[in-house]
Amino acid sequence: MNGFFIENAPAFLIMLPLIGAFAAPFIGKVSSRVRTIWVIAMMTLTTITAIFLAAEVFSSGTVTYVFGATSPELSVPADSGGIPIRIIFTIDAMSALMMIIAAVTGFAVLLYSVASDRLHTGLESFYTLYLLMIAGIMGMVSTGDLFNFFVFLEILSIASAGLIAYRIDGGLAVEAALKYFVLSTIGALAILIAIGIYYGEYNALNIAMIASRMQFTLLDQIALVLIIGALAMKCGSVPMHFWTPDAYSMAPSSITAMLVVASQASLYGLFRVVFTLYNVTLNAMTVGWIIIILGVLSMVVGVTMAIPQKNVKRLMAYHAISQTGYMLLGVGVGLAVLGNQPLMESFGYIAMEGGIFHIINHAMYKGLLFLTAGAIFLRIGTYNLNRMGGLGHQMKYTMIFFIIGALAIAGIPPFNGFASKYMIYESVFAFNPILAVIAMVVSILTLASFVKVFHSIFMGPELPEYSGVKEAPVPMLIGMGVLAVVVILFGLFPQTVVNTLIAPAAEALVNQGAYITAVLGGA
Amino acid sequence: MGLLSSLSTGTGYWNPLAWVLATAVAMIVVYLIWRRGEASYKKGTAQTTPFISGNPEPEKGMVHVRASNLYWGYLDALKGYYELIVPVHSGFLNDYVLWYLGITALIMVAVVVFA
Repeated sequence: MNGFFIENAPAFLIMLPLIGAFAAPFIGKVSSRVRTIWVIAMMTLTTITAIFLAAEVFSSGTVTYVFGATSPELSVPADSGGIPIRIIFTIDAMSALMMIIAAVTGFAVLLYSVASDRLHTGLESFYTLYLLMIAGIMGMVSTGDLFNFFVFLEILSIASAGLIAYRIDGGLAVEAALKYFVLSTIGALAILIAIGIYYGEYNALNIAMIASRMQFTLLDQIALVLIIGALAMKCGSVPMHFWTPDAYSMAPSSITAMLVVASQASLYGLFRVVFTLYNVTLNAMTVGWIIIILGVLSMVVGVTMAIPQKNVKRLMAYHAISQTGYMLLGVGVGLAVLGNQPLMESFGYIAMEGGIFHIINHAMYKGLLFLTAGAIFLRIGTYNLNRMGGLGHQMKYTMIFFIIGALAIAGIPPFNGFASKYMIYESVFAFNPILAVIAMVVSILTLASFVKVFHSIFMGPELPEYSGVKEAPVPMLIGMGVLAVVVILFGLFPQTVVNTLIAPAAEALVNQGAYITAVLGGA
Repeated sequence: MGLLSSLSTGTGYWNPLAWVLATAVAMIVVYLIWRRGEASYKKGTAQTTPFISGNPEPEKGMVHVRASNLYWGYLDALKGYYELIVPVHSGFLNDYVLWYLGITALIMVAVVVFA
């Protein structure tokens, strides 16, 4: 039974949230309480599956799973002419890392939303869309097939748009969802065109197969740019980030925390295409610098736009853009020196590890910060910083969680944000000192911004209008607590995390040959 | 012991547990200094009432410095930058799409030219 579960874990990873999603409205007709238990149970099972599968990947190497074959490992049928024709999931260390991020954040956010959204109507569709979001993210990071990636990206976009518009809010949330959806659709079409180009050229949709045949022709260059543009926009990179503050600020806070993970799934797609599909065939220095420039613009514009914001969620959304810049910077530097082994050994790997480490760190502390914003909104009914103050008197635990998240995002030791930023600073300094200085200045501005937020929300005398405010409900505190514990542990034991999760993920991205061999084997 | 090892960056290293230990020692020193402070201090008495040149203490809600009053100097110093960057965030979907298409075209030129 255990062997069957492990062997088919990639299928369960998608099946569980999908069954959970489509059954939730029917179960809700019987009892809303049973539906809540059902959704939590399905999310818990998905999380367990993701963790088991990730453990398998980190201990035994890349897992391939073929849908519709007599054996899960039968990726290339004997009569297919050497081309993998079925839907194949290819889960290497990078995919496994992203699965862990989605599972842990998804589980914590669901616990939180059970309390934060329980008084709202339309929860059938809320939970259905939420689990579809999980299925979309899990599919994007697990699939080894480009068309499949597009399908899961669409599932994620549709579910996310529905959830951004969930609270309507006088039409503002709907407008934000519309902007997100239009841009997502245009981006998805660009990706679809790129996939069509690959299919026309290489007669394949499988990533490993295309990678093994990649020529970097003019058509490949066009396809690469279409994918970079679309996924950079989807992950909120400046100057294609405009949808982000609108969507992040209007979505329910629990959903905003998951939108961060959704953006990171797009970032994963970008890295997967650049490293696994193209690798050294492309002009690594040019594409690396493009990603670095997008990263630097995201860091600087994100943080400077955050500082004057009055809406706490909009402010945090701009910080999310800024933090994405660090990931782009770290991995971009790794890409810029890809193929130059001495430079890769000297600082390239560390830069990539810093960027990838920042992905998981950011998901945890930014998720935590959005959840604290949601807890505050639940109690006082506003996101306007000008109307807040003195809440530290009543919401002590929320304040502690906020402090942990704020110090982590500002890169203050000993929290996890410092560890990944430190790796980025040192390695990027070796590549180009100016970039490292910019990264450090952005961290200082981030700290300044969160000092303002902390003061505005929690400090000062107890305001008369908030005298009766209570602490956030226990399930919300548990959700925040789960993320806060990860933030602290990852900060206290960073080398263990790097050795266990991050270095294998960076190696999986760089080592294109291992990915191709895992899928095509000796074919 | 592997769990307690330092984070290596190739050019340097970082040990968070050493940092925690150093912070704990600093906190102990701070506590010892605090213990040598004024022993007759009593919370909630006239000792803790703010002295505002003899004027009465204002209402609690009136003394809180709100978010809009923070960093005005920074924002004023970077006025030129903000006058440029804020209008770019117009809120119009058409602009968002144009930025996306424009940047994609720019990347296209860069990648194809340097390929």
